[in-house]
Amino acid sequence: MNWITNFLFSSVGKKLIMSLTGLFLCLFLVVHMAGNLVLLDPNGARAFNEYAYFMTTFPPIKVASIFTMLGIAFHIIDGIVLSLQNQKSRPTKYAASKAGKSSSWASRNMGLLGVIIFFFIIIHLKSFWFEMKFGSVPYVEYDGNKVKDLHTIVMAAFKSPLYVLFYLISLAAISFHLWHGFQSAFRSLGFVHNKYTPIIKILGYIIAIGVPFGFALQPIAAYLIANGII
Amino acid sequence: MKLTLNIWRQASTNASGSMQAYKLDGVDEDMSFLEMMDMLNEQIIRDGGEPVEFDHDCREGICGMCSLYINGQPHGPSNLTTTCQLHMRSFQDGDTIDIEPWRASAFPVVKDLVVDRSAFDRIIQAGGYISVNTGNAVDANAVPVEKKTADEAFDAAACIGCGACVAACKNASAALFVSAKVSHLALLPQGDAERKSRVLKMLDQMDEEGFGSCTNTGACEAECPKGISITNIARMNREYMSASIFGEK
Ligand code: HEM
Ligand code: FES
Repeated sequence: MNWITNFLFSSVGKKLIMSLTGLFLCLFLVVHMAGNLVLLDPNGARAFNEYAYFMTTFPPIKVASIFTMLGIAFHIIDGIVLSLQNQKSRPTKYAASKAGKSSSWASRNMGLLGVIIFFFIIIHLKSFWFEMKFGSVPYVEYDGNKVKDLHTIVMAAFKSPLYVLFYLISLAAISFHLWHGFQSAFRSLGFVHNKYTPIIKILGYIIAIGVPFGFALQPIAAYLIANGII
Repeated sequence: MKLTLNIWRQASTNASGSMQAYKLDGVDEDMSFLEMMDMLNEQIIRDGGEPVEFDHDCREGICGMCSLYINGQPHGPSNLTTTCQLHMRSFQDGDTIDIEPWRASAFPVVKDLVVDRSAFDRIIQAGGYISVNTGNAVDANAVPVEKKTADEAFDAAACIGCGACVAACKNASAALFVSAKVSHLALLPQGDAERKSRVLKMLDQMDEEGFGSCTNTGACEAECPKGISITNIARMNREYMSASIFGEK
């Protein structure tokens, strides 16, 4: 069994965990973003609440959410371990460095971007997930079915322009993280191929822009709806 | 040409160092960078100072001994060029040039601009060889190798082990060096026998030496004087995973 720990704690093994959890989280983001597009409908309170009810009660989704939490935890812990080790490998910095000539900003700042995303996740979970589970969310009744009125909570939160701005900044961080991260994960997994690597790169850029863009529409729409603009 | 040189001076591994400025006049643009350094040292010696230590050997871009982080880039501003092949025509009269040693905990500074790169030797000793008795040179094409594979192996074998990849990487990772060595042997039939044990031993040694891990920034490939591709790193990851998971040990 020793080989398993040796393997997973090696530099390649740690990046394997990073890439698998990272790609899994990408998949989660795509689904999460697409599902929440219901918010764009100004009369979508019922649709959104029923969607939220489904997502919090349907057993397979509940299992998937546990995996997502674990994935985030492993990704973060592994990310911290890797970043600290990498810093230790270069204790003295260069007086003059032209790192920008040979690598992208996003690729050099995955840790910093991760920290921003981390704080976002904490605040995001506190505002909605924690409220939904443990908070005092009012109930609404649809055809005799009592469900929690998360829509009202969401609208109340995004009424504040500052809160919307915080979301937009965090989404920009996710965009940069995935701009480098998506294709990097395939390299970490050892997958480079003349035919498929260019496709993976393009897919990565589509995800890095499309997912945060789709998400960004939601707080903006909620802001406009909550403030009676649309 | 008249230059200002900011050079890292450090008396020994444990001494603390600092950047020091030197003025050098009369530099010819046809001089190589190392000839310019020789000229500076002659001036320092005439003034009764301690010459700047720097590594070099072949001065023709094949041995991998020269180093130097010049103006924020390993081996200076020219692509696919070692410091010994860099010429002063790449600079302007009146320029200030920053010259630093490779920075990595696995490459401790010995003195001034000289770092100890024996970590690379230990990685090679761990498995970067084939243990067959080679005997006499065999006829060309006695062992058939597909042209594309031979080219890939040769491109990887072009690595001169200078350490620019480590110097360029924000994590001081040796992944490009190790992957070049792993690839060049893994691709050829002669290296196939020890393919699995080699990658395990070399990578474990790489981790033990304290090099960082690979974030796939691509800085190593961009700065490599021999143009070694980071595709080799993906191959090494693949080799290491398959050796760990499917190997008998
Ligand atoms: C929605 C959330 C996230 C997604 C989808 C995501 C996705 C990814 C992906 C795909 C990679 C590339 C993996 C590789 O190169 O093998 C990556 C790398 C990384 N992530 Fe995340 N990530 C997320 C959140 C975070 C958080 C919260 C942190 C840290 C606190 C973090 C820290 C890092 C670091 C440090 C790396 C670079 C690792 C390295 O190459 O050395 N990420 N991420
Ligand atoms: S001195 Fe040999 S490669 Fe530069």
